[in-house]
Amino acid sequence: MEQLKNIGRELAIGSQGSSKEFLELVKAIGEAKSKAEEERLVMEEIEMLKKKIVEPDVPRKRMKEYIVRLVYVEMLGHDASFGYIQAVKMTHDDNLLLKRTGYLAVTLFLNEDHDLIILIINTIQKDLRSDNYLVCCAALTAVCKLINEETIPAVLPQVVELLGHQKEAVRKKAVMALHRFHQRSPATVADVISKLSMKIMHDVDPSVMSACLCVLFDLISADANSYRHLTNSYVCILKQVVEHRLPKQYNYHNAPAPFIQIKLLKILALLGTGDKGASNNMYNVLGDVLKKAEPSGNIGNALIYECISTITAIHPNSKLLESAAAQTSRFLKSESHNLKYMGIDALGRIIKINPDFAEEHQLAVIDCLEDPDDTLKRKTLELLYKMTKSSNVEVIVDRMICYMKTLTDSHYKTDIASRCIELAERFAPSNQWFIQTMNQVFEHAGDLVPPKVAHDLMRLIAEGAGEEDEDADSELRSSAVESYLQILVEPKLPSLLLQVICWVLGEYGTADGTHSAAYIIERLCDVAEAHPGDDVVKVKGYAISAITKVCSFEIAAGKKVHLIPECQAFIDELSASHSTDLQQRAYELQALFAFDSSVVGAVLPFDGSADDIEVDQSLPFLNHYVKSMLSKGAKPYIPANERQAATTLASQHVESYVSSHSLRFDPYEKPQMPIMALTPVTTLQSDDQSIDISQKATQVFQPSFDADTPSSEATRLRLEGVQRKWGRPSYNNNSASSSAGAERSTNGASNGLDIEKASGGKQGIVPQEPKYVSDRNKQPEISAEKQKLAASLFGGVTSKADSSVRSSGRSQKQASTNRHVGTAKRMQTVDPVDSRAQASLPAATAPPDLLDFGEEEVAIAASSKDPMKDLEGLFDNTGSVPSSQPTAPVTNLPNIDLMSLYDSDLGLGSGLVSSIRVPDMIPENLPNNDSGDRLTVLDGLVTTSGAVAGPKVQGETSASSAIKKGPSLESSLEKHARSRQVGVTPTGPHPDLFKDLLK
Amino acid sequence: MIHFVLLISRQGKVRLTKWYSPYTQKERQKVIRELSGLILTRGPKLCNFVEWRGLKVVYKRYASLYFCMCIGAEDNELECLEIIHHYVEILDRYFGNVCELDLIFNFHKAYYILDEVLLAGELQETSKKSVARVIAAQDTLVENAKEQANSLTNIISQATK
Repeated sequence: MEQLKNIGRELAIGSQGSSKEFLELVKAIGEAKSKAEEERLVMEEIEMLKKKIVEPDVPRKRMKEYIVRLVYVEMLGHDASFGYIQAVKMTHDDNLLLKRTGYLAVTLFLNEDHDLIILIINTIQKDLRSDNYLVCCAALTAVCKLINEETIPAVLPQVVELLGHQKEAVRKKAVMALHRFHQRSPATVADVISKLSMKIMHDVDPSVMSACLCVLFDLISADANSYRHLTNSYVCILKQVVEHRLPKQYNYHNAPAPFIQIKLLKILALLGTGDKGASNNMYNVLGDVLKKAEPSGNIGNALIYECISTITAIHPNSKLLESAAAQTSRFLKSESHNLKYMGIDALGRIIKINPDFAEEHQLAVIDCLEDPDDTLKRKTLELLYKMTKSSNVEVIVDRMICYMKTLTDSHYKTDIASRCIELAERFAPSNQWFIQTMNQVFEHAGDLVPPKVAHDLMRLIAEGAGEEDEDADSELRSSAVESYLQILVEPKLPSLLLQVICWVLGEYGTADGTHSAAYIIERLCDVAEAHPGDDVVKVKGYAISAITKVCSFEIAAGKKVHLIPECQAFIDELSASHSTDLQQRAYELQALFAFDSSVVGAVLPFDGSADDIEVDQSLPFLNHYVKSMLSKGAKPYIPANERQAATTLASQHVESYVSSHSLRFDPYEKPQMPIMALTPVTTLQSDDQSIDISQKATQVFQPSFDADTPSSEATRLRLEGVQRKWGRPSYNNNSASSSAGAERSTNGASNGLDIEKASGGKQGIVPQEPKYVSDRNKQPEISAEKQKLAASLFGGVTSKADSSVRSSGRSQKQASTNRHVGTAKRMQTVDPVDSRAQASLPAATAPPDLLDFGEEEVAIAASSKDPMKDLEGLFDNTGSVPSSQPTAPVTNLPNIDLMSLYDSDLGLGSGLVSSIRVPDMIPENLPNNDSGDRLTVLDGLVTTSGAVAGPKVQGETSASSAIKKGPSLESSLEKHARSRQVGVTPTGPHPDLFKDLLK
Repeated sequence: MIHFVLLISRQGKVRLTKWYSPYTQKERQKVIRELSGLILTRGPKLCNFVEWRGLKVVYKRYASLYFCMCIGAEDNELECLEIIHHYVEILDRYFGNVCELDLIFNFHKAYYILDEVLLAGELQETSKKSVARVIAAQDTLVENAKEQANSLTNIISQATK
């Protein structure tokens, strides 16, 4: 039996073309029972290869096999660097077979900055000039991987030459190589690319054109403005691709060249961003792509998703947005997790333009949030992060923290912790909530939070809300103290949190009188003992400083401090510590006991951290000293700027003198003082003589650099007024970004007006009520729990718009008050405390169902209620609407606009098309009958999008059957026999190995 | 841009790796370990994407083999899924009902084909026919070269006898 097996294996050698040992190795590794066994096998192989590879006169074919084995070893994660040089040598070989193996190996082994690359450059240069196009291809593949910034000039001329090669495969690879060069170092290839981009763009071969799109995408994302004039030619190309004008071989599952379409859509998104004219030209073709993409197949959905991305990136168009919204709804309602994921992403894009859209899908979003699929959950949290506002921040941050607790992956944990902090900083409803949230974040991700956050938190506690309400502040502090005393019980707190805790306990532990000094000190002593570790010195420092403060407050208040024995022991321990810092702190504390209350009170005043430190820059207390020194003959002080002027004068003089020398001996120019953009919190009069320096840590001394205006500017401290929200604004903060804010507010306003106008008062606020009921009927199993969550997440959607309406001008006051009342009503109905009451009130958060096209269509036809249309109109004349013409008739603007866009498109488009030298791709009938098509396409968009949204099942089967498979039965039998020869039997440990991948 | 391509079997064995962004050998091992832990444990109905270190990994299972591609945060996941499928279809056409065993023993061929589909982290060829043509041309050339080499070695061996 054993012999038979061996015979079989020997037979296999001939059939496979590789040597017996190698097949054995692959097989043995395949059958290895454990990782350790696999390691051992690979190590043996490496030892063997090390010996064999350096033997003299290894036949080249043998060497080729060794190199393939090296690749295998490296692929399994072991170091094969001893053989790299052999692979490099192999690229020098004249035989293409060996050369190709060599190139494959070096591209897999070497990164672009490896030392050995220098040995290959010459070969690559030679091969790029080869007559054989396969050699060129191999070299170009290597170029893409191995050439770095310094070596680009060595091969650039050859690569550029190959752009005109007769074989399209070579041209394509040359373009890709240029793309790679551009990624590495845009400057070196900039002029080449700018010269060639138009020429190669119009290559006859679609593959070359598609490769060129990669380059163009990079160029355009770097600088969209210089490529805007090309918009029309991209639109034309996309149109032709959609119309199946490319050869059939580029079709993929019946979709016409979808990968090229996606690349073009990405480019259009870049070109259309913030450019209304360019966007206008795209609307038609985007509608076409959206309409023609098969929603049943994966590739169709990929196209649709890309379309949504483009539509939401460019200047908005109501009809397209509507279709995009419909497709997003379809994604969200799909059974497939992939589509749900994409739907959540698309939703995030759409709500940037129309925040109300999220409301319709609240239940779908909540389903995704509670889905067991981790990826989906993360994506949903990301979406929630984007739509957070002050009304729902508590729920969202709570969710995030819950999720954060379950995480082990520090990368994502950092991410989500910083998001929690950002949201809390921006939207916190109360300081108390803020402190509590921060505590949670610190507790679960303390090591991953930047220290600045802790300082901000301490400052908040110290300074309160920034208003003159001492009671609220002290209440805040005592609640902080309480919460920290609770947290201290828990083991293993991160050192950053300990810092905050110690500081707060030290400053305010005894402030409200509920806790005795002895108790606080005891707890502080425990802190240091309970947290040994790397940061033990730091933690002890925090604790001793806090104890010092508590003691000094006691002394200052005239009470006698009795140190409990643990504390005394702690102080003694620290005074003998290796750390000089700890020693000093301990001695300082002991020294304090010697002073009386007035001195201690002056040294460490209570709540001193909130006081402003005032510094007089002219340092008047030194006047006396200066005078005495001057009288003794010292040089008078020259201010820095005068001194500088003097030196530059001198150096100019010197320069003119020694200008003939190449070396400069004068010092470097002094760096310019940066002009600080500070908001002065305290302005000090210059005659103020007092200097009050206290040692509170969170304050930063910041002298003013402006010496010219001493009286008004004087000196000041950087004490950015601590408000409730001090985080930086992001794109989500609608009211912060001025233009978006204006648009939004007008939008909200005219929505209000419009609704009022159209409804005649009756359905002002709850026009979608009946639909919501039907929605509820459809899904009766939705639990009250979920609805409550939905209400708390989405319930406040209108409040934002509402506030912006209020601010947008008096002329709309009527509307805004109307809205406001409605919102109040709504808020009342979604009171999350009483879920039963909410369930019985169907008006709560009525989502209009966009998928429900029947109704929607009627609504559009009947009146101008469609909010999207209003949106479009408003965008068109943003300038005039908010101030003077609140009731401007905006509803029929889109149509006019489309007509004109179309006309201009035609003129430009046909001109450009004729310049493209692709006979196959020029639409012959572009001039007139096409125009009818385009218009009807857009007109028909609304009416037909229902059909697009509906699941089209046709075509799926034909798509899968279109793939031509090999002769299945024969070949698999053959393979089976072959593998049996090798000695691997299907009954072995992994019978799956024989399964066809595509089945 | 595609940062890397991994083929991992259900048992966590590496079948093919291709790195388009620079990773050291150590990092590569870490990436493979991390990702096989993430991906192999996922259930069948979950979505085919994993967010990972600010990037996205799109994977698809064919029989017992997982094809994974790591793409940037701005890339289209569904498109990437189709790129994987595109590659598998080309493999299938080349090997005729491709199975894992084909890739195990002919991994270098899988590399050659991958080099024709992806280049420098971008999809370079969307036509299956074009890929097949180039691969076939290479193969015939290789065959010719082999014969030539054989005849040469024969001549040499006979001459040196």
